[in-house]
Amino acid sequence: MPTTLDQIYENRKAKVIDIQGGAGIRQRLSQMGIHPGDMITMVRYGALRGPLLIEIHGSQVALGRGIASKIIVEETE
Amino acid sequence: MRIALAGQPNCGKSTIFNSIAGYKAITSNFPGTTVKYTGTRTHVFGYTCDCIDLPGTYSLTAGDLAELEARRHLLSGEVDVILNVVDASLLIRSLELTLQLLELEVPMVLCLNMMDEAQRKGIQIDVQKLSNLLGIPAVPAIATTGKGLRELFTEVLNVYGEKRKGKTLKFSKDIEAIIDDLTPLLHSEPSGGENIPSRFHAIKLLENDEFFVKEIKSIDFLNRTKSFQEKLEQIHGFPSDEVISSERHALSMNLFERASTVIHPPKKDIRIAIDHWVMHKFLGYLILAAVFYGFFNLIFRVGGYIEEPLMEFFNYWTAQLGRVFGEGSLPFFLSRGVLQGIAGGIAIVLPYLVPFLVGLSVLEDIGYLPRVAFLMDVFMHRIGLHGKSIIPFILGYGCSVPAVMATRILEFPQHRFIVSILTTMIPCAARITIIFALVAFLIGPNAALAIFALNILVVGISGKILTLLFPYPEANLGLILEIPAYQLPPLKNTLKNSWYRIREFIVIAWPILIVGSALLALMEYGGLEKSINWILSPLTHLLGLPDSVGTTLIFGLMRKELSMIMLTQALGTTEVLTAMTETQILVFTVFVIFYVPCLATVAALWKEIGKKGAVLAVLFTLSVAILLGLATRLFLNIFL
Repeated sequence: MPTTLDQIYENRKAKVIDIQGGAGIRQRLSQMGIHPGDMITMVRYGALRGPLLIEIHGSQVALGRGIASKIIVEETE
Repeated sequence: MRIALAGQPNCGKSTIFNSIAGYKAITSNFPGTTVKYTGTRTHVFGYTCDCIDLPGTYSLTAGDLAELEARRHLLSGEVDVILNVVDASLLIRSLELTLQLLELEVPMVLCLNMMDEAQRKGIQIDVQKLSNLLGIPAVPAIATTGKGLRELFTEVLNVYGEKRKGKTLKFSKDIEAIIDDLTPLLHSEPSGGENIPSRFHAIKLLENDEFFVKEIKSIDFLNRTKSFQEKLEQIHGFPSDEVISSERHALSMNLFERASTVIHPPKKDIRIAIDHWVMHKFLGYLILAAVFYGFFNLIFRVGGYIEEPLMEFFNYWTAQLGRVFGEGSLPFFLSRGVLQGIAGGIAIVLPYLVPFLVGLSVLEDIGYLPRVAFLMDVFMHRIGLHGKSIIPFILGYGCSVPAVMATRILEFPQHRFIVSILTTMIPCAARITIIFALVAFLIGPNAALAIFALNILVVGISGKILTLLFPYPEANLGLILEIPAYQLPPLKNTLKNSWYRIREFIVIAWPILIVGSALLALMEYGGLEKSINWILSPLTHLLGLPDSVGTTLIFGLMRKELSMIMLTQALGTTEVLTAMTETQILVFTVFVIFYVPCLATVAALWKEIGKKGAVLAVLFTLSVAILLGLATRLFLNIFL
């Protein structure tokens, strides 16, 4: 069931299906190694609806919730 | 031989650079821009080589100014060998930049840095195989210990001698077919530079790269480029830039799978446990507060410990000067001015500036700053900004100029505009020195802390006001920031970075200080000081300050620390408390912290956000300073 990345719980994994939003956001995310087909692990949530910390290809990236809601994912496991 | 170091942020590129750079390495800007790079001339196995450390970039798209400049420099024909440094533990992502660098068709060497980190993660890399696949030498290294650097530069020399270029790896057939169709058409078009390889040029046009698309002269060619882009989109169902970036991603994954094996799961890493606390929802903030409290406290202690005996020493010599030349004589005024300039540099600024800059470098090299951005993101949103803006703010505690420049990490012009203005209100090292030396030293550490707290509050409120005055689409906003693994700060690297910053003070600011101090002494001798003080008297009266501080405010426009150093000169004594009340000292400090940024900062603002922005910053900070100075005066008069 496709959902958005900000809906994934801590310590769960999800697979990127699509990235919505303009060329700017897409480019920034692709620089961080986030493309459709990649596996993302949700590491932790920030306090007070703060940013999310994810792991992608062995590196950790902080994403604002707004950005995360533009990443369409499918939860695995 | 000209070498350029290129790599993604946090790959250890600067550590490699610093290990070969002499102490004379200089930081300069690319012509006509404010993008910084560090360059040095050094000798490698008897060869003279000019080596430059390009700004770290994740890719070579024209996404931001640093990337555009790095690309322009690499294509300028002024680079003989590219030394591509990658974090071996993040190979897939790093190779995406490597593939883009290969497209430039310049001789290249790959440095697989942080091999120890890769091993810890259980990644075993077949270096020879990777080297064969890419067609360039690959050298494993651990830059922090210097391991592999000798072999690295041997390969750089080999590649330079042979002028050997790497392989260009091929994309999927359909994309290659489009590239082949587009390439022959390029001959009729000016490429925006002589050294641009046609394949690279074609790929950039397909990616709809702003820089290259703008260069297109003929409408016919523009239309054909667009139709090629559309063709790619139709086949893959994604925008053309994403098609190509996904393609590179797939190539990198493929290279990784062929040249490396994951032999065991990542070893239990104590750093993950550390992050559990440091980035914790609640404890993280306690640690944050403790770190900065400890940091500033330490500086205060170290600084105070050094400052006191030094001040006594200089006071003794000032008294001696009076005896030798006779008080009131021109030689006395002049020599006292020079001595106070020298003393100001040594006894007031260096004891605080040196520990501050070393400490900031350590925090930076450990990798703590991005974690601060993560923790502070939610609060920065409250004032209409996002977490990344905290980095210019923290740098602002060092110096406003790099802080203003660091706003380039922010994606939107409007956002940069606001953050640039706000960072200039953060007390830089010079202003912190004033807070320490005037308030903490004369009145007490708690008063100094109160000033820091007031400052943060005012910056927050100003942020809110500015975001209301200059709204920008919130929807576009959001944090995307790599949180690199912690690292033990490579000592040599940390010290060298601090040295570059301290040297800037010694060679630029200190002479100005000495000359300025002598000038003020002369003005005092000639009575000119009085007219300046008279012109500024409405302001000083309004704030309840002694008339004589007027001139110091003018000097503070040049360099903030001059305000304080000139204060002792203007008051005619180093014992400030004998000439000013505690309230006056506090009002003076509050005013000096906020009023008009120094000249260098205004110049930086001008370059970064334009004339209008610079003027606005000046007016805004001046009005904030006057209001706050007045408020401080009223508040203290009522409650003290």
